[in-house]
Order: sequence, then structure tokens, then C-alpha cells
Amino acid sequence: MKKKIRLIVNGEEKVLTIDVQQTLLEVLREDLGLTGTKKGCNQGECGACTVLLEGKPVSSCSLLAVKADGKAVTTIEGLAKGGQLHPIQQAFNEKGAIQCGFCSPGMILVTKSLLEQNPNPTTAEIKEAIAGNICRCTGYVQIIEAIRSLVP
Amino acid sequence: MGENYEVIGKSVPRIDGVAKATGRAKYTGDLKFPNMLVGKILHSPHAHARILNIDTSEAEKLPGVKAVITHRDVPSTKYGLSPARWDETIFCIDKVRFVGDKVAAVAAVDEETAYKALKLIKVDYEVLPAVFDPYEALKEGAPQIFEEYPGNINTEIHQHFGDVDKAFAEAYHVRRDFFSGQRTYHSPLEPHVSIAFWEGPKVTVYSSNQSVHYLQYHLARVFGMPMGNVRVLKTHVGGGFGGKLDPTGLDFAAVKLSQITGRPVKMLYDRKEMFYNNRGRHAQYMELTTGVTKEGKILGVHANFVMDGGAYTGLGVASAYYAGALLTVLYDFDNYKFDMIRAVTNLPGCGAQRGHGQPQPRFAFESHLDHIAEDLGIDPLEIRIINARKPKTVTINDFKVDSYALKEALEKAREISGWREKKGKLPPGRGIGVGNGGFVSGAGYPCYRTDLPQAVAIIKVHDDGSMATLYTGAVEIGQGSDTVLLQMAAEAMGYPLEKMRIVAGDTDLATHDFGAYASRQTLMSGWAVKKAGEEVKNKILQTAAEMMLVVPEQLDVKQGVVFLKAHPEESLTFEEVARTYFVKYGQLIGQGSYKPPKLGGTFKGAAVGTSPAYSAATQVAEVEIDEETGEIKVIEAWDVHDCGMVINPALLHGQVHGAFYMGMGESIWEEVLFDEKGDVANGNLAEYRMPTALDMPPVTSELVDSIDPNAPWGVKEVGEGATTPTMACLANAIYDAMGVRIESLPLTYEKVWRALKEKREKEKA
Repeated sequence: MKKKIRLIVNGEEKVLTIDVQQTLLEVLREDLGLTGTKKGCNQGECGACTVLLEGKPVSSCSLLAVKADGKAVTTIEGLAKGGQLHPIQQAFNEKGAIQCGFCSPGMILVTKSLLEQNPNPTTAEIKEAIAGNICRCTGYVQIIEAIRSLVP
Repeated sequence: MGENYEVIGKSVPRIDGVAKATGRAKYTGDLKFPNMLVGKILHSPHAHARILNIDTSEAEKLPGVKAVITHRDVPSTKYGLSPARWDETIFCIDKVRFVGDKVAAVAAVDEETAYKALKLIKVDYEVLPAVFDPYEALKEGAPQIFEEYPGNINTEIHQHFGDVDKAFAEAYHVRRDFFSGQRTYHSPLEPHVSIAFWEGPKVTVYSSNQSVHYLQYHLARVFGMPMGNVRVLKTHVGGGFGGKLDPTGLDFAAVKLSQITGRPVKMLYDRKEMFYNNRGRHAQYMELTTGVTKEGKILGVHANFVMDGGAYTGLGVASAYYAGALLTVLYDFDNYKFDMIRAVTNLPGCGAQRGHGQPQPRFAFESHLDHIAEDLGIDPLEIRIINARKPKTVTINDFKVDSYALKEALEKAREISGWREKKGKLPPGRGIGVGNGGFVSGAGYPCYRTDLPQAVAIIKVHDDGSMATLYTGAVEIGQGSDTVLLQMAAEAMGYPLEKMRIVAGDTDLATHDFGAYASRQTLMSGWAVKKAGEEVKNKILQTAAEMMLVVPEQLDVKQGVVFLKAHPEESLTFEEVARTYFVKYGQLIGQGSYKPPKLGGTFKGAAVGTSPAYSAATQVAEVEIDEETGEIKVIEAWDVHDCGMVINPALLHGQVHGAFYMGMGESIWEEVLFDEKGDVANGNLAEYRMPTALDMPPVTSELVDSIDPNAPWGVKEVGEGATTPTMACLANAIYDAMGVRIESLPLTYEKVWRALKEKREKEKA
């Protein structure tokens, strides 16, 4: 069954006719070509598909796109503005928080949500915030350092 | 380290960092080609069964299905690592040998249709008895899995150096212990993906893999094609850890389905299918006997191991040899016996995973050594210092070890961890442990018999000198090889890193290289890159000398400026010299090639474990145990690595953190489990329990000064060696905390709880 939905993706309105079975991840990747959002497990366990829905992190692989109808979605492609990296992206790049990079989009978006809600998190709060995002390369050490570098 | 380098030795950000941080980086799964089909593989539901008939007719009739293939449609050529153990075919022919074995494949217009088609393929099976345990498999009367492996013995190794019996007879103390390891899986965050398409007689394969060369070799061999008609390349790869080195069913099936349909075919594994494809860590069963002097000097070691290989061999034969080969490197002893049986079972095949065959034997040996130290009343760190190998020595199994700073690593780890203040002095429930490890810096010999060089690199300077491109077959899988190799190229050329680009991991457009495995690229690909860079530098100096009317020996070039050594203010830019070269002589190109000298002895299996250089590492960890529940909390960890000259410290420490993280996961939580039918029971990322940020302790990563004479600028490995000490380090810390020895991995809370209960009951009685 098809349904028309309206998404505000990275600030731009998108009106799409989609299959009601499609997840938000599939719509972002297949229909909108936003492949920065990664499919790691497709079961809501790894966090690689994290996007922000109305500013809050969600696993886009486990959310039907119709549930996002009318809502604002931020993907990794929406962070850098005018060729300028977002400060979180810059910190991840400079602090060695990126290795294979497959978890990076999700990690960066979770960090954005964390810092918006709590601009001054403790290390324990940082660990709690990223605990739903698996990184298989870094042991999280430099990811945590990158996030801490953004805390005043 | 004495030398002043311009580009190497600096923590420059990775060259792919911005692309990865912005989501611009394309992985194989992100690629789309016009008219592309989706392929899926049909996996066996039985652990062991005879295939009586396969009927694909209903699947073929389903609208949207473009091709259905079985063993009848593909070559029956067997493949694997060594010809004696080529035992796998693209699809099963007569039998399936594990739940998840490859039976057929379909290509359809979309994923949903492909899944529906799989359900319409009718396979008649005659179910056979199956065996899931290596000791059961080795018993008389066990179900026979392969005709070519009677008694289910896949690999049998018996090596004896010196005289172990004599060493034991002369020893002050001989101790025997038994340990076991579990089956683990790499679980890279990016699933395996393969995309194939044909143009005339030539097939192009994009694959998320660790070696474009080996995949090209396997595809060409199995399909009977010249290697030049198989192009393998990769985009960004989302982690490998050894699991993307063996070819997968996806690669073979995509090539055939694409040939039949004349359209690009994309295939990927879901999480459970990744566990089926497996090639992860073998479960090993390890009996160790060691004889020592009163002072703790090791006289002889007997390693008697069994490993569960699962259904196919692939790289697993190398795992079996590595398990024993590298036990001789860390500590110097003259008598060594290694017995190993790799059994086949009806479970997914095992292969190479970070540390290849060696982490579990290290767990066993380092735990065993702590027992010996306790028996003798020697501090565990001290017994390691007593036995630590010295540089410029040769192991009893003929590995030449030039630089080796294990003793210095131990001493530094003792210092920075506060060992002396903590050992035996921590409050109840707290403990500190030590473990050692290390690895080869590249395997001395390739995966198949060939005289090809290990690595070739070409650097092409752009016509006007404004840019240079490094061409290499090295494979960036997240470890940072693209960045490190570019730093090396820029250093060797005397050119700014910012002006360098890379074309890597493409059998058509880049150069030959065996790829990312055995921690080889920094040393081996690095050699080729250094030589290519030096050739460019020589041509630049020669041309500049002609322009400045001096001799090349009077000149040097750094960061893109060619100058007179005596009068540095007299200079030319690299760009103008390069342009002049281009006008006079044509394209400015440098080429380098690397092949190690003949390494190792002549006995059977002597090649495995050879390397131009060996790393060494010491880890110390502090743990806290909850006496009520057995819960293990890793409080802090310290790693000191002898990894030679460091090209990029930030990347290096990232490797250490990640290696400790993976080792810790394998130590405490990670284990692939099976149900009673032999099907993977936890083939997902919730139940295969990888540590999260909450589990990770602070890790201090430090280095000891070391320069290896056999390596470019003296580099050595880091990525795998740092995984090998972790398991024992944690087991020894648990022992220190609670006085209980967990002899089987993983060191679960339940095992600790049970051991504590048993200890209390014993103490009562």
C-alpha cells in the first residue's frame, strides 16, 4: 500500500509517495539518496542508522517512514553548512574519533542531541549518551575525548 | 628518535576523516548502478544433509526474478587457502555441511522479490547425523563431514625443536594446565557487500574486502578467467578484522548472476548471514606443559592443542599453524613441542580474526605463566622480565627477531600502572594483572604459492608539479593505511602531504599489493611507497641540479622546496622542478617494490610466523569483582607497545584502544552460540555482546623506543599485537582480585560466581 508523506529533511520539505512498509532508513537511503545514514544491523541494535527526529535520536531502521510524516529529520548530510564542518564533525576528525567511519554519522548525531540537551555533560553522561551506538574500531576512547573537547 | 622528519611521526588527521564525518564517504552498500538487480543466497537449514534434488522452477516463474543459480550453473572448482585443503565450492554439490551453507542464489528486481524467490526453491535433503564438538568429531564412529578428511582431521601438526623431555627432566618445576577459548566473530559494523557487472569478457567487482588481489585471484581461478579480466576494487570499507579476507559466497554469486542477467547485481549479508559466513576466531582447547628453573627461567614448553575448525578450511589452516608458531617469540627457550589437531565440525568455518590463531594460546600461556610464578614465589611481572626475548636473536623455530623491546615494555608498564604499589595490596575485590603479546609485521610469505612481490607502489607527480598521486594496492579498512602511506610518500619525496592524493585497492587502476592482513601494510606496503618516493626525489634532485648548475649531492628537498644544503636560501620549488622534468623527460613517476628476503626454516609449516619484524606489547589491567554476582568491572588498563617508529601517533593509539576493546569483549562477553540443531543462536548485535562505551575503561597507551632495521624508517605493527595480551591480562587480574582462576573463555560473571562459590565451599570443608 502506498501513502503520501511529508518530511522536513535537513530543513528542506520533501513530499514522497512511499510504500507503508518502508522504514525511514530505506526512504532516506533509497528514495532520497542520503546514504550517510548507515544500515549496520537493520534491527535497531547498533545505532549506525541514527538520525534526529525533531532533534531526538532514533534508529531509522526501526521506524516506519509513515510515523515520521510531518516531522523534521536531521541526517548527517544536514550538519555541515556552506562547506564548513559542524564543530562536532571537526572534533571527531581532529581527535581521531573516526576509523572505519561506519558508526561516525550516528555517533555525531547522538552527540549533537546530547550537547543540545546538556551542553556540559560529564564523562559518565557522555558514555551513557553514546552507549546505544556500537563502534567496533576505536574502543570509544577518542570518541569520548572528541566529545569532551566540545564541553566548555 | 633522533631524526627530524617533516611528515611522518605526526598525528595528522586521517585523509578520509572529513568524508566520513560528513556522510559523503561511499561504502559498497551505498553504490547504485543503472538497472541493478538484488541478489540473495539460499542457505542450508540443516547442519549436515545430502542434497537429493533442487527444484528452482517455481522460483524462476516468479515475476521480477531474473536468474536462479545452483551448483549446476557454476564451476565445481574447489577453493581455499592451500591446495591440499581446497574444500569449498561456490554452491554445495552433494552435501550441506552446516546450517547456513550455500545452496543456491537468486537475482531479482528488488530485495522483497529475491526473498520470495528463495522460499520457492525446493530442496530435497536426506538429513545426516551432525557433530558440533571437535572432541566428538575426532571420536571413532563420528559422522564423517568430508571424504578428504578421514576422522574429521583437517590439519595435524607435530613440530619438535630441541628436546622437551630432556628439558622437563632437568627442570626444577614442571607444570601442566588446561585452558579453552570460545568461538568469536569479528562483527565489523559494515556488513559484507559485493556488486558485480560485466563488460564483454571482463567482470568488475566492488567488494567490501581486505585484499583486492586475493579476491581477484580466487575469482579468476574458480571461474577459469585470466586475472586481467577480473577487476576487483573497493570503496570505503567499514571494518574487517580478518573477516573480509576470505572470499565470500556473495562475491562468487554476484559474478555469476550478473553474467547470466547481463545486469549489475548487488548482494549483501544481513547480520545472521554474516555469522553464517563467519571465518571468525576458532575455539581452541589448549594443554600447556612448561619446565622452569628455580629462578623461573623457562627451559621447555609443550603445547598440545585441538581447535574447532567448523565446516571449511579457508584461512583456518594458517590459524592452526599460527597458534603454536608464535608461542616461541616472546620468551626465549630452547626446547619446544607443538601438537595441534584442527577438527572439522558441522558449524560455520573459522578463519582469521585479529591476532590470527594466537590470542587464545597467549591467554593460555600467560595464565599458565602466572601459575608458574606463583608456584615459584616470583612476581608475575618479574618472571616475564626474566624470560623476555632479547633483540637480535633467533627463535627455536627459526624466526629472526631483530628489534625487540619486550623487557622495556614490561618495565614501563610496571612504572605507569603503579604495579609495585598495587600488586597484592589492593582492597578486597580489586586485582591487577599483566599479559604480554605481539605479532608479525606482515607474514613472510603470501597466502598462495607465488613469487610475486609483497607490494608495489607508484607515485605520479602531476604535469605541473602541483599535485602527486600515490597508487597502491594496500587496502584501507579503517585502520588508517591511506593516511599513513601518504605520510610516508610525502616524507620520502620531500613534498607537502596536503598536495598528495591516493588511488588504492583497485586491481585495474592501482598497483599490486596483497592487502590488509597479518598487520603487513605499514611495513610492506610502506617499503614500496618509500622506494617510490625516493625515486621521485632522486629525479627531482637530478633535474634541479641541472637547473642550478650544481651536482645532486649538494641538494636536498623538503616540504616542496629544493635547496642547496650549504645555502638553503638558494632554492627552487618542487613544482617548477617537476614541471621542468615533465617538459624534458615526460611524466615524473617513481616506482617501488618490496619482497622480503627468504625467511624461516625448512621444516613443514616453517613459513607460518615468519616476518621481517616482530612487535611486542605488555598490558596491565585493574579489575573490580562483585563477590555476590561475579560481575567484572575493568577499572583501568595500560598498554606499552614496541611497534618501532611511529608514523602517526594518533592513529596508532587508536589501534591500541580498539585492540584492547576487542580483546576485552572476547575476554568477558563475546561468544557465538548455537542451538541444538547447530544454528547460530545469537547472530545479531544485541545477543552477540560487544562492549559499549559504558564497559570501556580508561586506557593509557604508551610506547618504548625501538627502530627495526628491516623496516622502512624502522616501523612495526600495532593493530593485531595489542589484542593478544588482553585476555590473560584480565584473567590474571581476576585471579589477583579473588584467588580464582577461570580457565575457559569468556571469563563470564557466572563462571566467576561459580568459582567463588566453589572456593568458599572448599574453604569451609
